[in-house]
Amino acid sequence: MAENGPSASIEAVERGLAAQGYIASRQIATAVYLAQQIEKPILVEGPAGVGKTELAKAIAAWRGLKMIRLQCYEGLDEAKALYEWKYAKQLLYTQILKDKLGEVLGGAPTLEAALSQLHDFGDVFFSKEFVEPRPLLQALEQPAGCVLLIDEIDKSDAEFESLLLEILSDFQVTIPELGTVVAVSPPTVILTSNSERDLGDALKRRCLHLHIGFPEQKLEERIVESRVAGISQTLRKQMVSFIHEVRTLDLKKLPSVSETIDWARVLVLLQASELGHEVVKDTLNVLLKYEADIEATMPQVSTFIAKASRQNAFG
Amino acid sequence: MRENLHRFFRAARGAGVKLSPAESIDAMRAVSKVGFADRTILRDTFLLTLAKTQDEKKALGDCFDLFFDQPAPQSPPENDKADEQDSSGSNSTSESPGDASGGDEQADGLGQLAQMLLAQDRNQISAAIANAASAASLSDIRYFTQRGIFSNRVLEQMGIERLRDDLDHLTATNPGLAERLTNALDGLRGTVRETVSQALLLYGREEAENLRNEILANAPLSRIEPRQVEQMRRLIRQIARRLRERYSKPRKRQRRGHLDVRRTIRRNAAWGGVPFLTAWKRRHRDRPRIVALCDVSGSVARVSDFFLLLIHSLHEVVDDVRSFAFSGHLIEVSDILEAKSPEEAMAEIMSKVGFGSSDYGNSFDDFEHGWMSAITPQTTVIVLGDARSNNLDPRADILRRIAERSKRLVWLNPEGRMAWGWGDSEMPRYATFCTVVRQCATAKQLERAVSDIVASYQ
Repeated sequence: MAENGPSASIEAVERGLAAQGYIASRQIATAVYLAQQIEKPILVEGPAGVGKTELAKAIAAWRGLKMIRLQCYEGLDEAKALYEWKYAKQLLYTQILKDKLGEVLGGAPTLEAALSQLHDFGDVFFSKEFVEPRPLLQALEQPAGCVLLIDEIDKSDAEFESLLLEILSDFQVTIPELGTVVAVSPPTVILTSNSERDLGDALKRRCLHLHIGFPEQKLEERIVESRVAGISQTLRKQMVSFIHEVRTLDLKKLPSVSETIDWARVLVLLQASELGHEVVKDTLNVLLKYEADIEATMPQVSTFIAKASRQNAFG
Repeated sequence: MRENLHRFFRAARGAGVKLSPAESIDAMRAVSKVGFADRTILRDTFLLTLAKTQDEKKALGDCFDLFFDQPAPQSPPENDKADEQDSSGSNSTSESPGDASGGDEQADGLGQLAQMLLAQDRNQISAAIANAASAASLSDIRYFTQRGIFSNRVLEQMGIERLRDDLDHLTATNPGLAERLTNALDGLRGTVRETVSQALLLYGREEAENLRNEILANAPLSRIEPRQVEQMRRLIRQIARRLRERYSKPRKRQRRGHLDVRRTIRRNAAWGGVPFLTAWKRRHRDRPRIVALCDVSGSVARVSDFFLLLIHSLHEVVDDVRSFAFSGHLIEVSDILEAKSPEEAMAEIMSKVGFGSSDYGNSFDDFEHGWMSAITPQTTVIVLGDARSNNLDPRADILRRIAERSKRLVWLNPEGRMAWGWGDSEMPRYATFCTVVRQCATAKQLERAVSDIVASYQ
């Protein structure tokens, strides 16, 4: 079954994502391809701002699917993620329907008959009508399928993970009162994590494990090229190589891809044609988010710029 | 190829990648989609399906390179003597080994292995080694001590018994040929030894590490040799991580999602029982509080080193930990442990109060005067020490007051029970006020003790 050019398909993924402005490395494309082929969720780990969430958005846009996002946080539970009973509605209906009860049971001669008549109505209040679907259930109910993004899973509690297991392995959810809801068409699931907490083995076993690190220089240049219009090639090369130098420093928060893009936009806005000492000094706060980091980088700026231009000249 | 995949999975386990059958099935499904043609895609596929952490990805990547870059049957035997004679031997490369030694009438009576060795056909020899290796289930090798056994097994599979007979026979009849054969055999031994070593590298790492950790976990902390200290630290950190994974955070969770009927009805009484406002059940938990008193005097310094390391990691599991260190007098070290890396913190604490001779009475007195209010009825107090107070006043009365104020008082003693009460040990006197008294001399006991303490808050 793999004969008709599996690599061509991985390239198709690469092209599809690139069309959405997401330049994927080979490994990312392979992961997305495999996720579709063997219907498995992808667990994406890596530092903040390397495009984990972007990946989900790009897949959704590329395949024309709706994206459903579940942002995780401490204390997130099934009532907020999966489904909830509309209790207030249930109680309100009970009150309103109280009068109806007389009519329904009016004809029953004995108490037992009334009871059995009541039984016939079954669990009216625990039916689909009274279920409030939350993101996970919504994702399963999309007729055309969707991209389900479970963002920052490491922020949630360990219990929440176990709640996800059924969805991740079988694309279904069991609601005790209703039975099992199976996905109409299996969603593409992307989980992201900043590794703040170690995730459980059970969860990891159900996913493809993708680690996105900082991109290589060439790749990052292509990302900037696709995201920032009107940036000259010289400037692009210089700034990316400058950022790669900055990443070698021991900083509190290393500049990520999203910051690279921001910086590129700022530089374009300032109409810089190449990296200069003044420009860098003025805009370093776009790249670095901590005062201490900026202070640590400042003395190196000249060296880095020199390095960047030199590399540019030769490479 | 399927057989090869299985061998690779086994190698991956050897490299420390935890693989369940489910994962290997996933990997096989994935491989069936991408095929074997592209090596880098195959590598990516394995990394995606099998490895679950960055470390595992690295280990698996290395393992992949080692495994797929050296297809055992093709590698030529590294045999200098064989090389010398190679020029004459391999010129007449022929399919049957009998042909190669055709000029020698003596060779006809020889066993297969002898013929093969004399023929000097490298491909054939390495193929034979590969076959023998799989017949001897070389991939089962786990420990370096098994190298000899497996080498012998492989050689046996290749028919070394027969070769010995042949050699005996030849020494009498054709000494020249016998010498050639002996040289070739030496070369073969070397090659087999190398094959086995490589297999050990592929399949044996994890088990060897587990064994070492197992030994280390049960070794007395006080008698760890300097070269093992770093390994021990790693082990303790592993323990701390296990504890953290098991116990982190759940106390912050609130149970919501169940209707509190009673409160709902009460709250909505004003609307004639029509429930406009709903009330939800909540569950309250104990907030764990731990106060740790750690003896860092000379006699137990090494143990307390590890203990402090664990307390350091505990700060992440339990939000309310206060740590104190003492030998002659007592100081609070919570801030040091919070702010610094374990090694720096340890060094600083030791330089401040470490290595003195212990005075439990005085230290307890310091604690009572300075920090008694830190203890509430929710607090678990942990004391780590050998209770050897150099015949000074033990002040067991203070310990009694501590026990009365706290929820539990746990004493972890690195000495064996046999030693308690002998010499200047005040353990029996202190033990009467403790909720739990444990011997705690190895990493394993340490883990169990701390795990019990944290678990009681769940």
